[in-house]
Amino acid sequence: MSDADNRLVAVLGSIPYARFLGVTAELAGDEMTAILPFADHIVGNPMLPAIHGGVLGAFMEMTALAQLSVAAPLKRQPRTVDVSIEYLRSGRPLTTYARATIKKLGRRVANVHVEAWQETRAAPIATLRGIFLVAPSEE
Amino acid sequence: MSDDNEQSRLIATAMNEGSPQARALGFTTLKIGDAMAILKVPYRPEIVGDPETGVIAGGVMTTLLDHASGQAVHAALETWTSIATLDLRIDYMRPAQPGRDVLARAHCYKLTRSVAFVRAVAYEDDPEDPVATAQATFMLDSSAGKKAGANLRPSKAPGAKTGGDAA
Repeated sequence: MSDADNRLVAVLGSIPYARFLGVTAELAGDEMTAILPFADHIVGNPMLPAIHGGVLGAFMEMTALAQLSVAAPLKRQPRTVDVSIEYLRSGRPLTTYARATIKKLGRRVANVHVEAWQETRAAPIATLRGIFLVAPSEE
Repeated sequence: MSDDNEQSRLIATAMNEGSPQARALGFTTLKIGDAMAILKVPYRPEIVGDPETGVIAGGVMTTLLDHASGQAVHAALETWTSIATLDLRIDYMRPAQPGRDVLARAHCYKLTRSVAFVRAVAYEDDPEDPVATAQATFMLDSSAGKKAGANLRPSKAPGAKTGGDAA
């Protein structure tokens, strides 16, 4: 496994809430896809049924944190300053995927955009834009 | 703030007990009425975001603030209608205190015919010393024409998927 692979596994494995939600990730080169398998306990609206909006927000925030860990070795987990989430479509009882794009990784702040989708990549169900405080490792 | 009204109280209970994710996180509504709701998430090691600090994950705040905001909308509406979050912005002021329960107070300060506007704050003891604040908008009557189980039916042709029908 590459260093980035190792960092990714370490980050997701170390977050108890990621395990609680069942979040995993796959790495192809430097491109990471985060995966949220469907499970009953992530449902918010049982009538439709639809995945809880908060879970989708949490999943996309974790995707951003994981992508940052892949991009560069960090001294500690980045701290979220703010996130802005748009809900585009209802989260159906299916596997959800997410990919993050780091728009800028500065010395102190990182700007990250995330998109989540289910069956169709071109029809995202939610997007997130986040600002994170980062502490890059010295070496 | 007046006493809890009965309809809001019933909706809050249904949203906490009937929503599997709310139940999994142990959400309870401490107060609801007058376009306002106060919810609590109990501290548990399983919902921690950074094991080095023991601080609850930011994502749990997201879910709590979204859920509390939704209940504030229901507490502002005269009659029950389906709602869906359009957008949610969260600012994280400081880490939550490890080992402590977190509360969220949400206020639906404006209703239009189709949109509700909400502000919310997450804190341990004092809303003036917030862990996080949120600003959200909700679509009202979001499942107009949709029936129970709508999300279980096969989706439309891919070409039709980008043409509206949000949430």
